[in-house]
Amino acid sequence: MDAILIQILNGLDKGAAYALIALGLTLAFGTLGIVNFAHGALFMLGAFCAVVFQKILTISVKVKDESVTLFDAYKEQPYLEIWLGDFGAAIVDWAVPLSIIFAIPVMILIGIAMERGLIKHFYKRTHAEQILVTFGLAIVIQEIIKHFFGANPIPTPAPDIVSGSAAVGAFFGLSDNLVYPWWRLIYIVFAGVVIFAVFAFLKFTTFGMVVRAGMADRETVGLLGINIQKRFTIVFAIAALVAGLAGVMYSPILPPDYYMGMEFLVLSFVVVVVGGMGSLGGAVLAGFLLGILQSFASMNEVKSIIPGIDQIIIYLVAIVVLLVRPRGLLGREGVFED
Amino acid sequence: MKNLFKSNAVIMLVFSAVVLSAPIWADPIGANYPDLLQKFAIFGLFAVGYNILFGLTGYLSFGHAAFLGVGSYAAVWSLKLLTMNVFLGIILATIISGLFALVIGFISLRRSGIYFSILTLAFAQMSYSLAYSVLTPITNGETGLQIAADDPRFLDRLFGITQEGVAIPSTHFFGFDIKSMDGYFGFYFAAVVLIIGFYIALKIFRSPFGLKLKAIKSNQTRMTYTGFNTRPYLLSAFVISGMYAGLAGSIMVAIDPLAGAERMQWTASGEVVLMTILGGVGTLIGPMLGAAIIKYAENIFSALNNTELTQMFNFAPETIQNALVFIVEPFVGKGWHLSLGAMFMLVVIFLPGGVMEGVERILRLFGIGKKKKVVEGDAK
Repeated sequence: MDAILIQILNGLDKGAAYALIALGLTLAFGTLGIVNFAHGALFMLGAFCAVVFQKILTISVKVKDESVTLFDAYKEQPYLEIWLGDFGAAIVDWAVPLSIIFAIPVMILIGIAMERGLIKHFYKRTHAEQILVTFGLAIVIQEIIKHFFGANPIPTPAPDIVSGSAAVGAFFGLSDNLVYPWWRLIYIVFAGVVIFAVFAFLKFTTFGMVVRAGMADRETVGLLGINIQKRFTIVFAIAALVAGLAGVMYSPILPPDYYMGMEFLVLSFVVVVVGGMGSLGGAVLAGFLLGILQSFASMNEVKSIIPGIDQIIIYLVAIVVLLVRPRGLLGREGVFED
Repeated sequence: MKNLFKSNAVIMLVFSAVVLSAPIWADPIGANYPDLLQKFAIFGLFAVGYNILFGLTGYLSFGHAAFLGVGSYAAVWSLKLLTMNVFLGIILATIISGLFALVIGFISLRRSGIYFSILTLAFAQMSYSLAYSVLTPITNGETGLQIAADDPRFLDRLFGITQEGVAIPSTHFFGFDIKSMDGYFGFYFAAVVLIIGFYIALKIFRSPFGLKLKAIKSNQTRMTYTGFNTRPYLLSAFVISGMYAGLAGSIMVAIDPLAGAERMQWTASGEVVLMTILGGVGTLIGPMLGAAIIKYAENIFSALNNTELTQMFNFAPETIQNALVFIVEPFVGKGWHLSLGAMFMLVVIFLPGGVMEGVERILRLFGIGKKKKVVEGDAK
């Protein structure tokens, strides 16, 4: 029972990241009809927003260390701590959650710039060319990040107060030894909130209604005199934002490096395909499902029956789903069928 | 006169002459190392094979590196178990990767478009993960598969062939050591295989089979309406290109007998797509050109460093020199992938037909070469 609970949490945690990235991917599919291989790079950029924000907050000056009296010792002290005292120190501690404020405008700007600057010109090109150009863009973004931040992962710790583990076992009336990192729990909740926000935005606002209408029948919406293109650009920016937020919050779990996007990209594509291209609910459902499946497959009991299953389960499921249900779990008719 | 240049024999003669004289023409551009020339030939072969699938049928596979990897492993195992003669290894590797491609192709080709790309990607990633984890007895995991002194080599033993005085025997082709002639034998060996591969590709391009593949690319629905079942043709194209990939992998092994899982990673598949696009999709020479350009650029760019750049821009006044170095520096050395990505994007954006289209445009500018096709073009 303990093991199962842990695996479910692990799965939800991984699945949350997959679902967030896949949600953005499928938004871009469904609205603009773009196969965006640079979406993983957006996730990575989000994580680096946290890195940059942390770096800005901890711009330091060398001050004399008063606690050492024998000789002159110096230590680095962030300006924030000097100016604001304890409050400054707290801000530095909470760098990762606070960097969301920094990441929102940055990611929206990046999204709009990407759509207006590059993707706009690829609506009418073939999917192969879209894949290729965004693949090239992903390489470029990665290399730029590598140039400035190096190839090594950069640790971005979570705030002290949540860096410990939660007594999940005691909460559910199970063994007291059963604990789970707070930050991962927060990540699951955060992902839920973001997903809910995106769905609510599309479902309950006029803007969202127009976008959904555009996804269903772009031409008719255009004929009604609505500038659907402009809205789709904003949707792309939202997709970038979702990927970016997923990246920001993931940075304490996995120290960001320039390559992290690529690893998530392939999996998220598989998730999108399993869920059904252009289906938002499908992407979320498939993300969590595959995450949980993967974490169950990595249990030792399972691995002893079928060795190596944890490495390939996602791909295996994807292949089976694509062959049995070509449209994916919740795929709509007529999306990306050629 | 014009038709003369279109005959198979003349094309093959010119092509062979160019390929075999590579050590001569590569000298002035600083590419005359057997190592690099071999890479030209091997990746050229890989790209030529890939182009049979992507260029002719338009099916974008993101998993061809898997076949290269399988070919490499098969070749190393042949070296380990059977004989150090690479001939057998190459034949075996080609067959095995062909079988592998048959299985993957049979499943993947049930879907088309982006789904096909994702399926091949999934298969390739699966093979890569398996090669790293469970299949370690076959692939030797992270270390990579290598030959050792105490390998059985049954065929060599059967015929009593032993290589005296060396700890680890070297690969040979019917007695000719691959590493002989300062490594140039390896290049000529790869070059001859490339020429043969090119000839087969040329034949395919100009056969009714090739024409059918092109028809699939331009309009598959119409093709089915005329009564063709496209699946067998697609599958044959997929298997053939998989065999080319396996062949390329086995030649890599013939020259340097080791195989690692990183050859199967999806970014490696991306690289061959890149070569094909850069050179020109669907053209005969293009993919090879692309492979050569990328490998050459990799070699040149990644070797440059700050001091060399400073020397290079010595002609300019100091401030401009510093500025130039500052701008160019991120693109070279360790950052050469940045130039690769940027180059790739520029080609896809501005020159979707690759270098070959560029050459054609320039030729047309000067009034030579063929005029823009008006009649032949598909009615879009």
